[in-house]
Amino acid sequence: MTLFFVVTLNGLTLAALYFLAASGFSLIFGLMRTVNMAHGALLLLGGYIGWSVADATGLWALGVFAGGLGAAFAGALVQIGVLGWMQGDELRQTLASIAISIILADLMLWIWGGTTYQVRTPDWLSGGMRIEILGIGYAKVRLYLMAFALVVGVALWLFIQKTRIGAVIRAGVDDQDMLRALGYPINRIFVLVFAMGGMLAGMAGVIAGSALSIAPGTDLQFLLSSLVVVIVGGMGSVGGAALGALLIGLAEQYGLAYAPTYAAVVTFVIMVVVLAVRPQGLLGQAEA
Amino acid sequence: MKNLKIAVSALALSAAAVPASADDIKIGVISILEGAFAALGQDGIRGVEMAIADAGGSVAGKDVELIVVSSDASPDSAVAAARRLIEQDGVQVIVGPLSGSEGLALRDLSRSYPEVTIINGSSGAQDTTLRDPSENFYRFGGDGAQWMAGVGTYAHDTLGYEKVAIVAEDYSFPYTQVLGFMSEFCAAGGTVPEKFWTPIGNADYSSVVYSIPQDVDAIFVALGGSDAVSFLTQYQQAGFNTPIIGGSITIDQTVLSSDASFRDMLLGAPAGTPTVSDFDSPEWTAFSAAYAEAYPDGLGAPSIFAHHYYMGGHAAMLALEEVGGDLSDGGAAFRAVLDDLEFVQPTGGIMRLDENRNGIVDNFVIEVFEREDGSLGTRAIEVVKDVNQTLGQDLETFLAAGPVSRDNPSCP
Repeated sequence: MTLFFVVTLNGLTLAALYFLAASGFSLIFGLMRTVNMAHGALLLLGGYIGWSVADATGLWALGVFAGGLGAAFAGALVQIGVLGWMQGDELRQTLASIAISIILADLMLWIWGGTTYQVRTPDWLSGGMRIEILGIGYAKVRLYLMAFALVVGVALWLFIQKTRIGAVIRAGVDDQDMLRALGYPINRIFVLVFAMGGMLAGMAGVIAGSALSIAPGTDLQFLLSSLVVVIVGGMGSVGGAALGALLIGLAEQYGLAYAPTYAAVVTFVIMVVVLAVRPQGLLGQAEA
Repeated sequence: MKNLKIAVSALALSAAAVPASADDIKIGVISILEGAFAALGQDGIRGVEMAIADAGGSVAGKDVELIVVSSDASPDSAVAAARRLIEQDGVQVIVGPLSGSEGLALRDLSRSYPEVTIINGSSGAQDTTLRDPSENFYRFGGDGAQWMAGVGTYAHDTLGYEKVAIVAEDYSFPYTQVLGFMSEFCAAGGTVPEKFWTPIGNADYSSVVYSIPQDVDAIFVALGGSDAVSFLTQYQQAGFNTPIIGGSITIDQTVLSSDASFRDMLLGAPAGTPTVSDFDSPEWTAFSAAYAEAYPDGLGAPSIFAHHYYMGGHAAMLALEEVGGDLSDGGAAFRAVLDDLEFVQPTGGIMRLDENRNGIVDNFVIEVFEREDGSLGTRAIEVVKDVNQTLGQDLETFLAAGPVSRDNPSCP
């Protein structure tokens, strides 16, 4: 029974990480219909930058901040420099973002090498925390990770629902042409959203590097999980990303604990079922 | 404007490609430069480069050109890489691949290209050479089981472990490693109550960590690269302290050099490997020094991958020299030389092949220790000489035990 609770806790913490990674991806898609295949690369870039900064200064929080900022900057550059030129042509954008992802991955391999990095956490995050009810020790960093994802999720929701700029973004999701006609600088909003998506990815990268580890390949792993999460949850909605992350995180951990050999299959079975029954995702809106 | 862009990019492309003369000898290299094994693959490339540099970059007066192609640890990607090298680049000698199942795939592919010689990099699946071998596939090195020689006995008799759980990746190389460990450990009287096979590239091992039975004396971990780092980190974070026994690529320089918090936990952990980072022999000292000089940004010492890709490249260069760089007979003379080739390997022993073209090797039981500068290295506890592919057993009996799999061998 203890195992069941521990695995559930693992699933929840993994879901928190998946949510952080997928929310930015989903945000970008929701507004621009761009499937940003470079999202994983931005995440890994943020992770590496965060590691470098945390290693140089010894300040973990600064590392998370720098990782988010670095990836936000890179995300904005991608939109201004490449994807912005082909706005409205989603297929071309997707293909271009795959190219960017491959180029970034090679550049990162060149700069940081193939070694696996682990971002050192400060003392208050390291080691285990005793959970009395279960009678086990549990990694503190993972518990804080859950809290962090919760805060980010609520903040993101408030931003989208309650602020003026959030209202503009929502309006853009519904009717881009109208927004443009009303004189809103839509290209600048696109860049802003891309930067936000990059920031979320970058922070997720540093946190993934603290709770797990980062290495070449982490980019594709998180890109894949983000894709699955938003496909299951529904593209373009914060709630959908949260629900999708929860389902996938739990399924992966139960799979790994109770049927390790088939763990990799479980997530895809969920995806296939969702696609068959509700192709727009659990919380997604059907295309008009 | 558009035409201008195309013209400029075409110009840039043609300037980057240095024209190769027809007399050059092209050697294809297949290694993994992406994903979880990228650090290992990078070190493999260093190994081949060292072998070429040893010969002065040319053989029998012809320049040697390396063409490196990346695979991603999957058999398909290795086959695609090899096809590209053979059909587009026209290579007749390939060094590689890195990973177990890739080796099996290339052995099968080699049958369709009898004029091409494939010299294994570091892939260590057993059946690549044991069952149904291919005439033009060579392995100057051991398989995963040979690399564990001595460890099972050491764990049982010297460390006194009776019950060991296994955590390993779910493909042919770890199966082979587990066989190497268990064949000795079970014969000595130990038991393995449970095995956990996990997918390659898995990042979150926490549920496996908590599923491991509490009453085992040690855990045998056969994971590579970032998988090993992830597992060990999470195991340590969860606050467990059961001792670790390492597979050959778990306790490897690529893992020991990573910046992670589990370092202290690994001190004293035993493992089996053909490559010891701090091994006191003149040959190894010279090899490490050459490595450190050529690659100041490399790992703390050559890894198993640099070592084995070096041996593959070295064997190719020696045999090419012998035939005067002439492969025009479809490589028949080249392979005849390879069959009987013997050379001193970087760890000091004599490398030679059995009738299936698999290496007979010296293997080491090692332990992790801390160097004076604080970095982690491995040192030899014991050397097991002349380990062949059947681990000293009779070939018939060994084959009768059946191919390795998740469930074979078993001693719960």
